[in-house]
Amino acid sequence: MAIEIEQPRVGLSKVAVSKTHGEDSPYFAGWKAYDENPYHETSNQSGVIQMGLAENQVSFDLLEKYLEEHSEASSWGKGAPGFRENALFQDYHGLKSFRQAMANFMEQIRGGRAKFDPDRIVLTAGATAANELLTFILADPGDALLIPTPYYPGFDRDLRWRTGVNIVPIHCDSSNNFQITPEAMEAAYQSAESMNLKVRGILITNPSNPLGATIQRSALEQILDFAVNKNIHLVSDEIYSGSTFSSSEFISIAEILETRGYKDAERVHIVYSLSKDLGLPGFRVGTIYSYNDQVVTTARRMSSFTLISSQTQHLLACMLSNKEFSENYIKTNRERLSKRYDMIIKGLKKAGIECLKGNAGLFCWMNLSPLLEKPTRESELALWKVILNEVKLNISPGSSCHCSEPGWFRVCFANMSEQTLEIALERIHKFMEQRKRN
Amino acid sequence: MEFSTKNRQLLSRIATNDRHGENSPYFDGWKAYDSNPFHLIHNPDGVIQMGLAENPLCFDLIEKWIRENPDASICTAEGLDKFKDIAIYQDYHGLREFREAVAKFMGRVGGNRVTFDPNRIVMSGGATGANETVIFCLADPGDAFLVPSPYYAGFARDLRWRTGVEIVPVHCKSSNNFRITRAALEEAYEKAERSNINIKGVIITNPSNPLGTVLDKETLRSLVSFVTDKNIHLVSDEIYAATVFSSPRFISVAEVMQDMDCNRDLIHIVYSLSKDMGFPGFRVGIVYSFNDDVTNCARKMSSFGLVSSQTQFLLASMLSDDEFVGNFLRESSKRLAKRHHVFTKGLEEVGISTIKSNAGLFFWMDMRPLLKEQTTKAETELWRVIINEVKLNVSPGSSFQCSEPGWFRVCFANMDDKTVEVALDRIREFVLQGKEENNHEADKSQARAQRWRKQNLRLSFSSSRLYDESLMSPHLISPHSPLVRART
Repeated sequence: MAIEIEQPRVGLSKVAVSKTHGEDSPYFAGWKAYDENPYHETSNQSGVIQMGLAENQVSFDLLEKYLEEHSEASSWGKGAPGFRENALFQDYHGLKSFRQAMANFMEQIRGGRAKFDPDRIVLTAGATAANELLTFILADPGDALLIPTPYYPGFDRDLRWRTGVNIVPIHCDSSNNFQITPEAMEAAYQSAESMNLKVRGILITNPSNPLGATIQRSALEQILDFAVNKNIHLVSDEIYSGSTFSSSEFISIAEILETRGYKDAERVHIVYSLSKDLGLPGFRVGTIYSYNDQVVTTARRMSSFTLISSQTQHLLACMLSNKEFSENYIKTNRERLSKRYDMIIKGLKKAGIECLKGNAGLFCWMNLSPLLEKPTRESELALWKVILNEVKLNISPGSSCHCSEPGWFRVCFANMSEQTLEIALERIHKFMEQRKRN
Repeated sequence: MEFSTKNRQLLSRIATNDRHGENSPYFDGWKAYDSNPFHLIHNPDGVIQMGLAENPLCFDLIEKWIRENPDASICTAEGLDKFKDIAIYQDYHGLREFREAVAKFMGRVGGNRVTFDPNRIVMSGGATGANETVIFCLADPGDAFLVPSPYYAGFARDLRWRTGVEIVPVHCKSSNNFRITRAALEEAYEKAERSNINIKGVIITNPSNPLGTVLDKETLRSLVSFVTDKNIHLVSDEIYAATVFSSPRFISVAEVMQDMDCNRDLIHIVYSLSKDMGFPGFRVGIVYSFNDDVTNCARKMSSFGLVSSQTQFLLASMLSDDEFVGNFLRESSKRLAKRHHVFTKGLEEVGISTIKSNAGLFFWMDMRPLLKEQTTKAETELWRVIINEVKLNVSPGSSFQCSEPGWFRVCFANMDDKTVEVALDRIREFVLQGKEENNHEADKSQARAQRWRKQNLRLSFSSSRLYDESLMSPHLISPHSPLVRART
């Protein structure tokens, strides 16, 4: 009998062997199905339509038009003399012109109702990095952040993986349109305490992913009060702030602070990015805006691990400094997203499906709970598989967003052409008709 | 906007400790430069920056290439049709063309003795991000890595700050040209184990920063067999690989592995375009691991520091241009060699020796004869004199954890030819002045003591200027680029 001698396994870190990277979740399984059989308007009309990707492809023509008309953004000056300085620029403060442009853009998005100081803007390679970085700064390993459910599945990785910080959910449900209540926040806080977890902050996404809705003013006030009472931080991820369907319905935490005369502001930090509003996820443009000097200084130092390419900073500084362009973009983008949203809601309604009333984002929050065999997560996943494999639509099950109520699904509508969206709606319609008959 | 800090928000331990490294006294040199930067015409008495390892010598070649290849930009008329696809591309695998181009470039830099696999190329936020990512993959908080000294000052932050991992220096000595010996590694390893420090690996920088030397085959083989024996990792930071300007040639750890019995799962390379191409602003860091699990893990982690797809696209095009790359590498070596020669010859003429080096953007200068005593304190005093009197920002050996006082790293590539002359003149004057004063006194040591006392008196007067709060605006400080006056 052969004697097996165990080869010494090469040790990796605990972080490396953990599953906290989150890639085993069904959120990603649907993407695999899409990758293997992607829909194409002409060459693969029976393929899987990707409705699980929150991308904004409705306004690229505006960006392309700007670039056609402004060659200075595409080069570094005639004969490329500015190239050298740009390529050497690795200062973690970031290009001042770029920070100024970002501050202006954020102000424009909020209709001038809040002011942003460019010197409080810290640049990171995407909101992914911004959220992780803030967590490193605000919490120690083993501590907890409170996050309202349902939430963006990526948070499980971004906030917890390398930081060792825990997420304790603030449960929201459809009884009040998934709004965040003081009772729910308190319950989450108590839950954390009972697990001996020190709560360091509450993180909200406003407008919400996956709900596609903005947080109301009264709720924001209550959330800020809660943070003050518990003496914890408040992080507001406003990555979809430019993707609201009307200019007046989004209220930023910045506005709340302004009306309070910036009292208690040093516990508030805003995360922003150009990945959704401008549709530029590849460029890795994230920012942290903090009202806390120490956080700004520390975040800036930490951003060394994740700076934005100076080439990209230069391009966007040019683009976003152009007031005519940015104003027109914000307005047009809103109109187009609003139109898309109306289209999908109407189409789903025709098929007998209701959605949460939304006013922002690149997706809608669809209610398929009437279709569930049982009001359980298993039933939801079974339904999801049917929709993926038979209807050939990749949508995101609510359980992957930690929704406590089974049967809800996030459906993206901005990452495809109108024609493709029509096809998707037809498929849903057919599917619902079939079920009615059975 | 001012906010009340009375009710100070508690931040994490990581946020409030010192491991970001910026409270180090070595930033005084940069502060001196920032408050009085040399300019050939506008400020000829200012401080010359010789503490920044940048490589701008071949930008003319790059600018020419950019002018001739407008389709490498997704924003020009020629490249605009690719804008949308590139702008959306956030796949952490990275553009295939980019990975292929980088793999090919790394191979060329190693003399085409190794073929690098594009599927093992993983992106990161510069080499800064790459080194941190590798540590996150390999070690837990409290673990440690052996790092031969002198080593890059930024390692203290990059390897330790957010990872919670420790550095155990392996002190190398000038008596054998700072070679890394098996004996030194073994000794450091045993000592650490005895103190219950869990060593997870060794980190080398090849070519070396700050020495500017390359590791020979023997040393590399010795390192690979050492880690294989101990079953610990070897991380080779090869960020200066293409700055080799004379023989002996650069040998990557990848090359040495090819004909050795070793555990490939232990070997990882960190690379970047910041030094070889002179693109620190573009944040192109690469993790290249021979371990599949590490590759997969690092790739997932790269989400926290991907290279801008716009930049990936530009570089994919540039680095695939074989003719351009060949010409660039040749010219870069030539110009670095010339610059290095001008400096070392100039220093030789006044009796200052440097470690014999053939790579990097700096040389390792021996100022031990000028120390009043062989201590770190004396080195620091000499350093302050060089900054305040000679007005050169050079980096003292202690900032690289060098165990022997008196060595200084001097960067030579980040300035134009005229500035080189001024810098050399100042050094010559300083050294000769010291010699002159010695010749005029009967007792050389008394003269030296007097000179030092005089300088120390002047020093304390001028150092009070250095510590003047109004000059130390903290927002000007950036550890890796004193190009802090964001000029746009």
